[in-house]
Amino acid sequence: MFFILITGLLLGGTYALIAMGLNLQYGVARIMNLANGEMLVAGGFAAFWVYTAGQVSPIAALLVVAPVAFVVNWAIYRIMLRPLVKRAKSRGALEVDSILATFGLSFALVGIMTWFFGGGYFNYSYLTGRVDIFASSYAQNRVVAFTIASLLAAALWIWLSYTRAGLRMRAVAVSPDSARLVGIDVPAVSALAFGLGGAVTASGGALISMFFTLDASVGVLFTMKALIIVIMGGVGDIRGTIVAAMILGIAETFVARVIDPGLTLAAAYVLFLGVLLFRPQGLFGRTPT
Amino acid sequence: MTMRDIRNLILSAFAFGLLALLPLYVSGYILSIATTMAMFTVLATSWALFSGPTHYISLATAAFFGLGTFVTGLGFQTLPMWLLPIIAAGLGAVLAALVGLVTLRLSGVYFVIFTLGLAELVRQVVTWVQNRTGQRGMYVLTSITERDIYWQLLGMAALVFLVGWLIARSRLGFALRIIGNDETVAKHSGIDTAAAKILLFMVSGAAAAVVGAMMAPRYIYIEPSTAFASILSFQVVIMALLGGTGRLWGPLAGVVPFTLLWEFISRNAPNQTLLLLGIAFLLIVYVLPGGFVGLYDRLRHRYGQGGQ
Amino acid sequence: MKRRNLMMSVAAGAMLAVSMGAASAQDVIRMGAAAPKTGPLAGGADVTHWPAVRLWVHQVNEAGGLQLADGPAMIELIEYDDQTNPQQTIQAAQRMATQDQVDFMVAPYSTGLNLAAAPIFSQLGYPQITGSNVTNQQPELSAQFPGMFFVLGRTGVMAEDTAQVLVDLRDAGEIGDRVALVNVADAFGIEMAEISRDVLEENGFEIVYQTSYPLGTQDIAPIIDGARAAEPDAFIAWSYPADTFALTDQAIVQNFQPSVFFTAVATAFPSFQERFGDQAEGVMGMGGVNPDDPAFQEFAEAHMELTGQLPDYWASASTYATLEILGQAIEATGSKDREVVMAYLQDSSNEYETVLGPIQFNEMNDNERYWTVGQWQDGVFRGVAARGRDGASDVILKDGWD
Repeated sequence: MFFILITGLLLGGTYALIAMGLNLQYGVARIMNLANGEMLVAGGFAAFWVYTAGQVSPIAALLVVAPVAFVVNWAIYRIMLRPLVKRAKSRGALEVDSILATFGLSFALVGIMTWFFGGGYFNYSYLTGRVDIFASSYAQNRVVAFTIASLLAAALWIWLSYTRAGLRMRAVAVSPDSARLVGIDVPAVSALAFGLGGAVTASGGALISMFFTLDASVGVLFTMKALIIVIMGGVGDIRGTIVAAMILGIAETFVARVIDPGLTLAAAYVLFLGVLLFRPQGLFGRTPT
Repeated sequence: MTMRDIRNLILSAFAFGLLALLPLYVSGYILSIATTMAMFTVLATSWALFSGPTHYISLATAAFFGLGTFVTGLGFQTLPMWLLPIIAAGLGAVLAALVGLVTLRLSGVYFVIFTLGLAELVRQVVTWVQNRTGQRGMYVLTSITERDIYWQLLGMAALVFLVGWLIARSRLGFALRIIGNDETVAKHSGIDTAAAKILLFMVSGAAAAVVGAMMAPRYIYIEPSTAFASILSFQVVIMALLGGTGRLWGPLAGVVPFTLLWEFISRNAPNQTLLLLGIAFLLIVYVLPGGFVGLYDRLRHRYGQGGQ
Repeated sequence: MKRRNLMMSVAAGAMLAVSMGAASAQDVIRMGAAAPKTGPLAGGADVTHWPAVRLWVHQVNEAGGLQLADGPAMIELIEYDDQTNPQQTIQAAQRMATQDQVDFMVAPYSTGLNLAAAPIFSQLGYPQITGSNVTNQQPELSAQFPGMFFVLGRTGVMAEDTAQVLVDLRDAGEIGDRVALVNVADAFGIEMAEISRDVLEENGFEIVYQTSYPLGTQDIAPIIDGARAAEPDAFIAWSYPADTFALTDQAIVQNFQPSVFFTAVATAFPSFQERFGDQAEGVMGMGGVNPDDPAFQEFAEAHMELTGQLPDYWASASTYATLEILGQAIEATGSKDREVVMAYLQDSSNEYETVLGPIQFNEMNDNERYWTVGQWQDGVFRGVAARGRDGASDVILKDGWD
């Protein structure tokens, strides 16, 4: 029982790392970013690279990965996505455009990563020891990733809730038009949110590369997971994403251990469907106006 | 039926007749491209039948397509070949109806994400059932050649165009145009918007399932991972949008150049294929917002022939 | 204007790629190869397929080309990315045959893509010597596609031999008869699990835990926990690369110590040994080679030198062998006429010298001599079971992880 709970929580931590960045990007900047998984894999590749080349721990690598990812994503938003936002007549039109544009971007990113790193598998061995909790063993690297995910989530939540910049961001998340009226520079805040989201995603990638085998083409699997979690949790609220990630992690582990591992993904989709049907705005979402 | 309708029908029939002769004259290479184009023409046109008027972006094409390939994979030894596409159409329509009933009240992006997940869900369930029943890899070994598949797809394309044309002329088409313009107005004028949308979704789902059933002999080995590959859904959307969904011929105008572009890139940049395809995707989104149909309408408008 | 410039530079980039691909020499044999460079199978193709293909071309050209009746001919290789998409595999094969007019084609990578390409190869008269295609349908396939050849082996045989390793160990009194059997839920995993379960049950084994997991699953802790709770003597997983790594990882973490630990695809990859170091000792997997065979050692060295990575201990060598076979058939007939070469290949009395040892095709175009099960022993993945090959090492029991 404890095993399912703890394994589920650890998995939920992984999912939170995958999805928190997308929540910022979609919730605030209104970009349904289908290249999210590729950004994650890119973060993982960076961690792999510094670890194998210089024995730099993936956790220390975050200090480089996060700022670089922030700048790259900020630039992607300013150069690539801003014109779409300006052009869009309605939120629906922007969604269609951004889905297509970021799908193209995901292709391009896979192409670039394949070009530079080849198509092969990447993994390495870091913190693979055991941690014993309640008579069961868990991987150290997963526990460490979970801890950092928790710290990251807490920091984000505090920042969003108690700082002026966070307040501006939440205002844009609720309504870009009203935010403009009270003098918030919506494009700047959106770019900041998109960049920050990218930084969180890439950091998540660096952390999960400790225990996942990655290759240049694997990103789409993570994108799907992130989409499910963000929609389930409710757009624009970081708490929703974390709760949804934990629920999904525990539910999948429960199904895998007690019912049948063959049904884990099916269970995830059923859960997702259920939430969509009975609470389309997500667990923590506001009813769309 | 006006003179113009009759003229268009005759012209279209003539064009299909010419295309049907294609395999007799061209090389296997051209034929394989033509087959791909025929496949995407059916998929994109039927996709646009639903998504054009309703503005719902469906990413479920792969789910229906995969369903169709499995119908052929499971049934080709025991059932007559001609029956398989019909069964696939039936199952596709049923699945579409179910999905439609539960999801069409979702709006915008929720519907997109749901349909994207649907292919994945169907795939998971299919593999799980396969695993439970000890079903081994499916080999669709038949004597069907690429030429046969091309003809089948061409016939299907003709059928989809005919259905689209009939819908546009029917009360359903009229209702859909109103829904597309303003759903609230449509509801107030007594149109059952949900029923209209579900009906169209069934048409598009059935067509995609039929295409899957027809294409299965081309793949020979049917695996869930390739039959339900979600890239197909995206290809269909991008091609349909490149063409434009406002007119029946719109998707066709997207399928032809995009297939050629894909082939051109695959051929000339074997190591950067995906990178260049990604860039091509982006260019389409930025440069051609309304697709070729939008461009065509703007040009007509500009040169003053746009009086209808 | 900006837009046009961008378009033009894209086009120019594409042109550059063309001109770089086209070399011109007097007597050349043009070879086409389409396999995944991107998509779900790119990871495997990058280890197994592309390096072996490039190595063979490099070595043949270094040695002055293939000897035709009227002098030597250099190999020109044209590569395409099929994006792990059967649609693209078919199209690329058509393109290579009719547009690039290649003389021969390298068979695609993986079972699914090879089968998708089979009608095109057959229709256009190209021999398709497959090195990464495991199937049980050799009789049907060779009847329908007489130009399709199978080097890697049969699924049924691989599953049977894996089960047989357990039977032998049990009969020798080394293990009990409790087995945990898991598989990745796709055609490959399902088929292998079915066959091995049947063989094990016939031989009186008890399947104490059996389950499957979806393709792409890397969160495998519950499966290992379930398997461990069932206390099996042997653990068999019909797995794919990413999950092979994850299963082993979790088994180590949870200190799951069956006497036999078997994972399928990618166990034979050198990166498996790099990843797990000494803990890999005793892990069993599909395939295997005879690492003491000088032919293999030479191949491994050359592979390392040219591509900077070791070959995998299974399908790398068989992919390379398919090209050796093709090369020997071309040289034996002295011709690049496909019909002549095909006739030579179809003559089942011909034998080929390859890195795998001598190979001969039976009347079903099937190679009957291949390695079926391997095991990591002292840092090398040694074949421990084979059909028609000498040099199998003895199986050792897995003695924990630490």
